[in-house]
Amino acid sequence: MSEILKEFTTVVPFWEPRVKPAVLAEATPEQLEAMRVTVSDTKIGNYTLVLALDPETLQQRTPLFNGIMFHHGGLSRAETEFGAVAASVVNECIYCAAVHANRYNQLTKDESVMDLIFADRKDANLDDRQKSMLNFSTKLSQSPPEADKADVERMVENGLGLDEIFDLTLSTSIFAWANRLMHILGEPHPQP
Amino acid sequence: MDIFQTVVAKASGITADSALASVFSARADLMELTENSHEASLRPKSPGGLSHAERAGLACRMAKLNNDSALVTHYESLFGDGSQSLADTSFDGGSDARLKAIIRHTDLITTKPKEAAAGDVLALQSVGMNDPDIVRLSQLIAFLSYQIRVVHSLRLMAEVA
Repeated sequence: MSEILKEFTTVVPFWEPRVKPAVLAEATPEQLEAMRVTVSDTKIGNYTLVLALDPETLQQRTPLFNGIMFHHGGLSRAETEFGAVAASVVNECIYCAAVHANRYNQLTKDESVMDLIFADRKDANLDDRQKSMLNFSTKLSQSPPEADKADVERMVENGLGLDEIFDLTLSTSIFAWANRLMHILGEPHPQP
Repeated sequence: MDIFQTVVAKASGITADSALASVFSARADLMELTENSHEASLRPKSPGGLSHAERAGLACRMAKLNNDSALVTHYESLFGDGSQSLADTSFDGGSDARLKAIIRHTDLITTKPKEAAAGDVLALQSVGMNDPDIVRLSQLIAFLSYQIRVVHSLRLMAEVA
């Protein structure tokens, strides 16, 4: 097995589980429903098969995750991905950071923002709106969370509506969740 | 479901009369799924090797580690036999190897997830936890980490609204 990736990258790594994933051919009806697949479906990733070991949480988490990342209205799709990356950088989840920086770059056709965040993290020299978002998401991702009222006011002053701030909260927070699965239950390696 | 009766709404103090009510309601579907995730994490129909009482105790412990007194009070209301000791942040599991491993893991992943390494999953396996229970524990820790931050931010937003 190759070395575990430790540096941020926008090239999506290979995720190697540390626990034994469910076996699709032996999955229970509850596991299949939670994975939203049929037995004829062969393209289920190891990550989903690992989470299928606890189908009750997966059943709720998948629509919640998708609803947060692909909502209508509110914060743009790209800035929703921005929250996911900010959390993943704090938690050093190389896999999540790669997947969502990659999506941000595809949506915006601009790699400079993610390059700056990967290099300088919370101190990245972005425009004022994105600086206020990065500041908030970085502080919210600490344990205990460190964001305060002034951090929210700073985003409002830079043009974010409370609806957008709620969406940024949800995407940052769902990556407090996702990072604690991806970075613990498996590890990122270069694609074979 | 009345989204103003969910754990997140009550812990953050958002009511139907709040200035933030319309922003909160616009994501009603996500708040319902958040409440369902709370049920699946704290009171699952198939708890496996992690009892409802242990889950409530660990959830309370994580709320304490994040200084969230409203969520501490909420999780205390779900306590059963054995919850109290797990919620005591000065308790490290004592001579019980399984509890000791669960507590060590919960504290580490809650507060310093970036420090997690392969040995942390091995440590759970070495005290006899099976892989489905390791996923159950991981989902509980991960859900709390999400919920604590949503509640924290909603309180700040309510001050600004």
